This record gives sequence, structure tokens and C-alpha cells, in this order.
Amino acid sequence: MAALTIATGTGNWFSALALGVTLLKCLLIPTYHSTDFEVHRNWLAITHSLPISQWYYEATSEWTLDYPPFFAWFEYILSHVAKYFDQEMLNVHNLNYSSSRTLLFQRFSVIFMDVLFVCCKCIDGKKVGKELTEKPKFILSVLLLWNFGLLIVDHIHFQYNGFLFGLMLLSIARLFQKRHMEGAFLFAVLLHFKHIYLYVAPAYGVYLLRSYCFTANKPDGSIRWKSFSFVRVISLGLVVFLVSALSLGPFLALNQLPQVFSRLFPFKRGLCHAYWAPNFWALYNALDKVLSVIGLKLKFLDPNNIPKASMTSGLVQQFQHTVLPSVTPLATLICTLIAILPSIFCLWFKPQGPRGFLRCLTLCALSSFMFGWHVHEKAILLAILPMSLLSVGKAGDASIFLILTTTGHYSLFPLLFTAPELPIKILLMLLFTIYSISSLKTLFRKEKPLFNWMETFYLLGLGPLEVCCEFVFPFTSWKVKYPFIPLLLTSVYCAVGITYAWFKLYVSVLIDSAIGKTKKQ
Amino acid sequence: MEKWYLMTVVVLIGLTVRWTVSLNSYSGAGKPPMFGDYEAQRHWQEITFNLPVKQWYFNSSDNNLQYWGLDYPPLTAYHSLLCAYVAKFINPDWIALHTSRGYESQAHKLFMRTTVLIADLLIYIPAVVLYCCCLKEISTKKKIANALCILLYPGLILIDYGHFHLGFALWGVLGISCDCDLLGSLAFCLAINYKQMELYHALPFFCFLLGKCFKKGLKGKGFVLLVKLACIVVASFVLCWLPFFTEREQTLQVLRRLFPVDRGLFEDKVANIWCSFNVFLKIKDILPRHIQLIMSFCSTFLSLLPACIKLILQPSSKGFKFTLVSCALSFFLFSFQVHEKSILLVSLPVCLVLSEIPFMSTWFLLVSTFSMLPLLLKDELLMPSVVTTMAFFIACVTSFSIFEKTSEEELQLKSFSISVRKYLPCFTFLSRIIQYLFLISVITMVLLTLMTVTLDPPQKLPDLFSVLVCFVSCLNFLFFLVYFNIIIMWDSKSGRNQKKIS
Repeated sequence: MAALTIATGTGNWFSALALGVTLLKCLLIPTYHSTDFEVHRNWLAITHSLPISQWYYEATSEWTLDYPPFFAWFEYILSHVAKYFDQEMLNVHNLNYSSSRTLLFQRFSVIFMDVLFVCCKCIDGKKVGKELTEKPKFILSVLLLWNFGLLIVDHIHFQYNGFLFGLMLLSIARLFQKRHMEGAFLFAVLLHFKHIYLYVAPAYGVYLLRSYCFTANKPDGSIRWKSFSFVRVISLGLVVFLVSALSLGPFLALNQLPQVFSRLFPFKRGLCHAYWAPNFWALYNALDKVLSVIGLKLKFLDPNNIPKASMTSGLVQQFQHTVLPSVTPLATLICTLIAILPSIFCLWFKPQGPRGFLRCLTLCALSSFMFGWHVHEKAILLAILPMSLLSVGKAGDASIFLILTTTGHYSLFPLLFTAPELPIKILLMLLFTIYSISSLKTLFRKEKPLFNWMETFYLLGLGPLEVCCEFVFPFTSWKVKYPFIPLLLTSVYCAVGITYAWFKLYVSVLIDSAIGKTKKQ
Repeated sequence: MEKWYLMTVVVLIGLTVRWTVSLNSYSGAGKPPMFGDYEAQRHWQEITFNLPVKQWYFNSSDNNLQYWGLDYPPLTAYHSLLCAYVAKFINPDWIALHTSRGYESQAHKLFMRTTVLIADLLIYIPAVVLYCCCLKEISTKKKIANALCILLYPGLILIDYGHFHLGFALWGVLGISCDCDLLGSLAFCLAINYKQMELYHALPFFCFLLGKCFKKGLKGKGFVLLVKLACIVVASFVLCWLPFFTEREQTLQVLRRLFPVDRGLFEDKVANIWCSFNVFLKIKDILPRHIQLIMSFCSTFLSLLPACIKLILQPSSKGFKFTLVSCALSFFLFSFQVHEKSILLVSLPVCLVLSEIPFMSTWFLLVSTFSMLPLLLKDELLMPSVVTTMAFFIACVTSFSIFEKTSEEELQLKSFSISVRKYLPCFTFLSRIIQYLFLISVITMVLLTLMTVTLDPPQKLPDLFSVLVCFVSCLNFLFFLVYFNIIIMWDSKSGRNQKKIS
């Protein structure tokens, strides 16, 4: 019996949480999956059946390989397990093939890879002293393991974000532990798995340069140029170079680099995705639409000048704005860089150790989300997960985190538009939101309240919005005439919240660094 | 953390698990001509909506009783009627007379699942939450953990129709435990009028309330209480059966549908004494019908009599709950025409005593889920059942640290072992034995599950695995019957005082 006690880990809350969420993921196996399921099946087929030289050229299916080579190798390894489940899924021409075994295999592969995420999260689950549920470690574990966004994007919609975020968290953890080389290595590997992490690459680059390559600071915290260590720079560069060589090397040898890059960065797609991600451009588009409607009504605009393909009809192509100036990819890049710059400067001139790095990372992710080209709403997870780490530290961060998370998660709702999944997404959202708000409130109960009345009002407004969009709107006459209105409303409402959170975080970072400056002086 | 936030989170987890499990296949999906229980529910909506009340329980050209005829009391019929009105509003094709037989569609499945979820949300879940909050002598954390475990019990999640009757029964227990005897009795009468199997629980209710009346003195308050209770019971029955009391033939026909005495001792494979006996000696074929009836009647009553008498003489809340368990278990093991799903009637009271004997309760609930394995496999619910069983097990282990609570004191067997030690001084190894039995039981269950899933039964014995499952479960249940009866009989006031002091 004693052995059983140890085996079941009495009081080991971390394993209970991890096992619990894994079991929940198993229950989500028969739910709806999006076209991403077919995308990954296709990639399994491509990597298994074709030689490397064909991987980035294959175009039988519309879902071509558009992730970096490490992910392709990952799919290749998976495909060798897949052949024991169902050989047919590995045929490139079996488009939209989804037998029950295929489904089972793919879902289990996601669940299994998430174990990696769990292991990375496995910071010391030591024996608890006082009240368990109030310890920051417990709250953080729940916020990360049971993250609503990850659950529905990975296990319903179907993607492989879990283990990628695990890698990112691990690299952050290594940087916290001052093992910079490992952190850099892990991040380089991550980049070659999914290039969306380029959003946060500036933070990594600047931090490693500033805090690792310059081995010491002057007493007032500013840079000591003489402490520049060539060895460190070169070793960092070498690590990154080696990883890139391992990944892109074969394609360089085959002279396929341009093709690879054109697949990885498809700029032919439009400014916004079919469903507008709730970023700055959503607000910009909405303003443009409103102005054009007003302009038409007041006869300022000529109806013949307005292009036929409206942004809101959901077509993913390049088009023009009607009233406000059109936006090009270059313009978004410049906007993003300008948005990132202040936080980078803070990180360079006033480094506040790993914590400052983490805040800069979140800001980079959030700014790229705000101003990027063809941003997917799922990219909000890139900001939410690092922010979770910050949220259990300070009350101010907790408040920003809650606003960001609640609106960010709500903006993921249109991803699951089928009726059977409606209760699931509402229940899970309520679960996560209620838990996160109440636990963080209890953690910081000694400080001032987390939300002011405006923020509370805004967050509560999400409820009626959901009711209107999903329950009331489908039964009105507008459904046929303006089918895009729920998406528009959701996108714009969330964009307001996310912009607000971004702004607040920026202000807090700038103020903190200013305070740090005065303190040092 | 605030108690209500945690409780809300627990309820949300329970609802999420229920809904995700219900996304799987339902009983009889795609299996004409008879389909399954799902089709039965749909058919009852069709019958109650389209036919007048007088024809609901009678065989006619419009109502073929062989095709899922109504065989539950009137409240089920009224509930089906209510659902039928909603169905009519959404899509009349679902309940059109005759033409909707075997109707299967995604939208209809959603509709049926939603009605079940709403029923659970309105009746069962509030009862569980309130019950856990009213538990005495345990901390808030334990109350919430208790609620989580009860809500995660696999049996009630996997069996796919609504558990109105269990919800009402739970309200009944709640009312009576909190001294609202009248409300409790009313709730329980409604439960019986919903499904006649609730009669399994009727005796403990009756004995407990009778005992209470005796305690208060038959010449004063006790008599008043007795009269009030009798009025409530009669009134609720009359109200539910009103349309059927108009003619004698109506009442008799309903009773005939509810208690099909000519169907024999058991049907299919069930973890019952008679079915297990049948493996060795084909009693179903040897003995004539009326002898079987008498045999089952006598054995049932003999096995539950001691506990009930004790309850009348010494009514206590704890005794009441344990008697519910042992009574229902006696009925399950010895009664006639017992369905596998009737084990849920025993599982519910066991959930109620989860906080008092966590180790044994968890063990019992695992066995009860296992005993329904053949049924679950038939409905293609292997993955959800494995997942929910594991979730339940983990929840119980983490919440109650059950493996640390296996001493005699914790198992409530102290008084029993003291009495036995008077005759056998060396009887000190009781908890050891029980721990080993648990291990053996779990290993057997896991092995049998694996075998049933992976292997094919031999040609000559096609039902080998179902029979083995039933047999093993039956042995476990017999052990539990003995155990619960021991607790009841050896439970005394001095035992309770000892616990308070220590």
C-alpha cells in the first residue's frame, strides 16, 4: 500500500492537474476539427512519400508545406508511426482522407507532444506548506496547463502549438537560470519549427546581446562597453548558425532557398485573414468601412469607385481601402518596428534582468500581433502564454493579463462555429475565466482591486455580445443580408480590449524603467 | 479561495465532461430495426404528443407496445410530452406519428443531448452541490472535492439518458437529512413516479421516517408527522396518476407495464446472483415462473430485513444512508428483471457516503462502472469510459488520499473487529485482507477489460467475457453487501462517541 501511495503521488497536485487535462483532451477527440487537420495529414503524406527535394514544391493539395524544415522533419518522424495506424493517410492523393484511425492517430500525437509541454512546465512541485490553491506555482500551473486557448486551438481546431510553447517556456526558463547558451539554442530550434516566433526574436536578440555579451554593468546600470565579450558573441552566433545550417542546409544544397522562403512568407495574402484578427488593422478596417458608409450616405463618394470585393466578405486577397490610405506589407513592417522600438530601448538601456526580458518579449509578441501583416487570431496565444508567467508576480501585471486573456480567448470563438462545440467552448471559457480571475484576485487581495469599473464593464460586456452573436443574430433577418456582422462585432470589440491591454503594458514597462532609472541615481 | 468560485469551477468541469462524452455515439445508433434506448426516448415523445392520454399504455394500431412501449410511470410520460412540445417547435418531423421511427440526424442528437444536459443542470447538479455543502464535520476544501468526485462518477455520465429520478431521490435524501421530512418525502414520491426502480430505495425511506415517528412518540408529535407524511405521499401519487385513476382497467394496465412479472428472472447478462447461478445451474429453465418469483422475493427481503429493522429502532442520518446502500444492493442482487443500469441506484447512495468511507466507496464505484462494461462496449463508449474512470480515480485519490485511510477505524469496522476479537484474539489483520482484496479486484477488472477489448471469445462460448464480467462483479457486490451490513449492524452510539473523542 505504501508503494501505491508513492506511485499515485498523494498530494502531488501537479501530476493530478497534468493528468486531468490530458484526460480532458482525450475526451475532446471526437469534436470538430478544421482544415488544419487535413493540412497536417497532407504534410505527413508529403514527408513520407516524397524525397526532400520535392517537399517544398509539392502542390497536389492546396495546403502546401509552409513551416520551416524542422517541422517537416517532425512530420516525417510522425509519419513512421502513422503507418502502423492507417497506411492510407500517407498517400498524397488521398485528399481529405479522415478515417477514424487517422483521427485517433493525429489527436493522440497532439496529446502526446503536449507531454513535452507538461515536462517543460515541471518546475519544482515541492511539498506544500499552507493553503495549496493560493500558491503562485499552483495558479501558474493551472493557467498554463489548462489554458483555454491552447485547448481549443490544439485539441479541437487541431494544431501542434503545445510542444512549441513548451520549448519557448523552457528557453525562457533557461534564461532565468542564467543558462543563456541553452536558451539561445532552444530558441533557435524553435524558430526553425515555426517561424511565427520571429515576432519575439528581437527581444531575444537584444537581451542576449545586452545581458550576456556584455558581462558586467556600470554601477548605475548602464552599459560598460569594455566588458564586451567576443567569445560569447561568437559562441552565440555559432549556435544559431549551426542550427540554421542543420535546418536549411539541405535546401541550400538543392538551391531551393527562394522557394522555401516564398512558401514560408506568403505575402500575396491580404492584410487581414478571412476573419479579422482583433488587432489595430481590424479597427482601421472598421473605421474605413464606417467612413465609406457615411461617405456614401452623404454623397461624398462615388459608388462606382468602390471595389467590388469587400473586405468583409471574407475573401483572402489583396484589395484596397476605400477612404483611408491602403496598407502595404512594408507599411505594416515599419509600424511593427516602430511599435517594438521603445521596449527594445528599455531592454537595452535599462535591463532589469530576466523579468525585464520577459516583459519585452510579451510586448514584442503583442506589438507584432497589433501591426503585423496577415496575422492570425491564434497568434494572440504567443502573447498570452508568456504573460501568464508575469501575472503571478505583480498585481498590475495580473490585471493586464486578465484583460488580455479574456478578450484574446473570446476572440478565438469564431474558430469553433459548429453547434456541438458551442457548449464546450462556452463552458471551458467560463471555467478558465472564472478560475483565473478569482485565483488572481485572491492572490493579490491585499492590494487595490484588479479592475476599475470601466474594465469590469467591458469584460462583462462579452457575455451579451456572445448571446447576441450566437443566439440572437442567427434568427434575425440580417443573417442573410449581412452575414459578417457577428465576426465584425467580435473582432472590433476584442480589438479594443487588446489594444487597451497593449497600451497599459507599455505604459507600465516604461514607467518601471523610469523608476529604475531614478532609483539608481 | 472563495468557496463559491471553486464550486462553480467544479460544476463547470462536471458539465464539460458530460457534454464531451455525449458527443460520442448513443445507444442503438444506426442499428435498425429496433435501435436502442435513444430511439425509445424519441418514440415516447412521439406517442405522448400524438395520442390521447388514455392510449399511452395500451396496445393499439397507433401504439405498438412491442416497439418500445411505455414502461415507466406517468411522470416520465409527462416529461416526454414536455420535450415533445419543444421538439415540435424546432422540427415536427422528429415526432411525427409513424414516420419518425428510427429518425437519426445530427440536429436531433443535439436536441436530445441538450434536454438531458438541462435536466441534469436543473435537478441533479444542484442537489449534489447542496448535499456537499450540507455535510457536517468536514472542511470546505473536502466538501468541494466531494462534489467533484460525485460529479465525475463515470456511471452517471456514460449512461445516456437523463437521471431525473436519481436527482429527485437525491433531493429526497437531502430533505430528510436536513429535517425537512415533508419536502424530502414529496421529492422521493416524485422520484418513484418517475421510474419505478426507485422502489429499491423506498424501504429505507419508509423505515427511517417510521423510526423518526416512533422516536417522537406515537401519541403526540410522532403521530402528527406520520399523518402528514401519509397525506403527502397519497396526494403526490394521486396527482401524478390522476388521468389513470378514472378507470380500473387503465390503472391495471399501467401496473402491468411497470411490473412485467411474466418476463422472467433476468434478461441478458447482469451482475446478479441469479445470472451468476445460472452459469452453473440453469435455474431459469428448471424452475417454474412462480417459484422463481417467490425465491427472489424471499431472498431479497431476508437480506435487507436486519438493516431495515435496525433503522426503525435506531433512526439516524448515517444509518439511513448506509441502509439505502445495502437495501438497493440487496434488491439489485436478488430481485427479478434487474437491468445492468440498476446498479446506478446503488451507486448514488454510495456517492453520498463517499466522505465517510472514501476507500470502500471508490472501490465500489469502480466496480459498478466495470460491471456495465458489456453495455458500454455495445454503445461504443470504450474511450470515454476509460477516460472518465481514470479521471474519477485520480480525483478520489487526490481529494481523499484514500490509500492512507485503510485502517480499521477509517473503514468503520472497529466495533466489528473488537467483537470478533472476543472470540478470535488473533483477528488483527482485517485491513490487510481488505487491501489485498482491493488489489486483486482491480487487477482482475483491468485484465478482464483488456481481454474483452482485444481478444475474440471462443466459438463455443460467444458470451464468455460478458459472463465473466458479470460473475466477477457479482462476487465483488456480495462482498460489499456483507461489508455494508456489518457497518450498519455494528454501528452504535458508543462507536460514534469514540470517533468524536478521537
